[in-house]
Amino acid sequence: MTTSEATAPAAPVAKKGPNAIGITIFVLLLFALPLLLPVVLPLLGGIITLKPNFMIFQLTLVIIYAIAILGLNIVTGYNGQFSLGHGAFYAIGAYTAAILMDKLDCPYWLTIPISGVVCLVVGFLFGLPALRLQGHYLALATFALALAVPQLLKYNHIEWLTGGVQGIVIIKPDPPFGIKAINADQWLYYLALVVACIMFWLAINLIRGRLGRAMIAIRDHPIAAEVMGINLTVVKSMAFGISAAYTGVAGALGAIAIAFVAPDSFTIFLSISFLVGLVIGGLASISGAIYGGIFIQFIPNVADAISKAAPWAIYGLFLIAAVYVMPTGAAGLIKQWQAKRRAAKQ
Amino acid sequence: MNGAQEALLSVRGVSVRFGGIRALDGVSFDVEKGRIVGLIGPNGAGKTTLFNCLSRLYEFQEGEIRYEGRSLVEVPRHGIASLGIGRTFQNLALFRTMSVVENVMVGGHCRTSTGYIANMLRLPSVKAEEAQLRAKAEELVRFLRLEHVAELPVGGLPFGYQKRVELGRGLISDPKLLLLDEPAAGLNHEELDDLGRTIMDIRDRLGVTVLLVEHHMSLVMSISDKVVALDFGQKIAEGTPAEVQNHPDVIRAYLGTG
Repeated sequence: MTTSEATAPAAPVAKKGPNAIGITIFVLLLFALPLLLPVVLPLLGGIITLKPNFMIFQLTLVIIYAIAILGLNIVTGYNGQFSLGHGAFYAIGAYTAAILMDKLDCPYWLTIPISGVVCLVVGFLFGLPALRLQGHYLALATFALALAVPQLLKYNHIEWLTGGVQGIVIIKPDPPFGIKAINADQWLYYLALVVACIMFWLAINLIRGRLGRAMIAIRDHPIAAEVMGINLTVVKSMAFGISAAYTGVAGALGAIAIAFVAPDSFTIFLSISFLVGLVIGGLASISGAIYGGIFIQFIPNVADAISKAAPWAIYGLFLIAAVYVMPTGAAGLIKQWQAKRRAAKQ
Repeated sequence: MNGAQEALLSVRGVSVRFGGIRALDGVSFDVEKGRIVGLIGPNGAGKTTLFNCLSRLYEFQEGEIRYEGRSLVEVPRHGIASLGIGRTFQNLALFRTMSVVENVMVGGHCRTSTGYIANMLRLPSVKAEEAQLRAKAEELVRFLRLEHVAELPVGGLPFGYQKRVELGRGLISDPKLLLLDEPAAGLNHEELDDLGRTIMDIRDRLGVTVLLVEHHMSLVMSISDKVVALDFGQKIAEGTPAEVQNHPDVIRAYLGTG
């Protein structure tokens, strides 16, 4: 033992790895939610005046945004590549789904993986040249993408495909196999939830494996990562591609849930919202994507309920409060709180 | 052929220019298999520049570097590790947010091969590969006496610990050649003795050839089989520690008398 070893920090108390029991309970609760809501909402005695179905629809959107933010987290949180353009991938996913259903009568469920693959390819190809760009410059390039895509969708010569400014109306799917026990909104909720469970499981697996470590290594020290034998070109482009695929899957689910796509739903504001959700939820945190989804879906509504005149001023206050109270995101705050509780128990 | 004398690495007439400055000027020497070779020289002599040529971080304008008879110019930067060349950095280059074990595991990236789909589905092949890599990383963590901080992020660890993590990260890929860039910098006396023993262990127990850049003369002279001295980008001496220590050009370079 050398002298410096005596001053070393104590061994960690926290056990590594996801908490399997906690996650299972959380997921089961989410599956039971549509059945619980009609019972629970009246009990709250009018605190939440929303109809159960509309509430379910909003929760569906939370899940969809969580998938999109998880995608952004893969490239920005874990790989350190800044993207201001994920709204564009969301739009491409949504339009891929809408066009497939509108023009080719593709079953709605099949459009989800197809949109993912389309965005994987687009994201990978965008990621390749973007490799040469660092930090702020990459942010500008992705910003350009987010600006361009909604306008391109309105382009005259592809109006036959995209429906131009009008967009595309699609039919909201009914529950499969003629199931009568749940309505269309509840079915979409379950569809989004199942897709989200799969996407979160895949992401957790990716991040904890050799390629996830490679992504984080590149973020922390690119030169050392390369000396360790990590191919920066492949890993960074794949991070971009996979990230875009996640956001594309979210876009397809969003198109199906809203049953409508139009260019103006995918403005730069959507990209910024994803980034807001990412930072508020927690960078480089899987669960952070869920908190981020909740924030970008509900906080604008809450702000609107507080002040009809200046909802965005209220939203801004929420944002500033959030970054002050949770400098490492909601996930970071919860982690701290858990660590404190564990320490108190001992 | 005598195995111990076989050159694992041979550097021939390597020159590097940065603008008008010659950082390296026609440097040649061999690193024989199973040896510890010390590379010394005053600040700015070109030692780290040479290391960065070996890692392909810098391009050299003239000369040739051969490793196991193969020219390194053909190898991409990320391909060096899988050839069996590991290295540490003068100013720590760790992955700060990762734990000690994870940092060491990243060093094994070039020895693992599972792809994206297999990883995302966490197929049995991935689980097996991960378990094997982790076991090996934990073994190295014990070898370097870091087991009590194994799961802590490296960013908050004392300097001496971080240096050892770098060693572990460089060793996990079973390199044939390990490049150590000033491993003793910032260490106290006891740690220095420890380090000397560890480097000898690395050669004797793990069978790794070592090329060592170091300012600590007592360390270099006590463990090296051969010492190469650089000054202003040129080789000024090569030989046993005793020979180099007493070489007039080396004494002049260090004491600055002419």
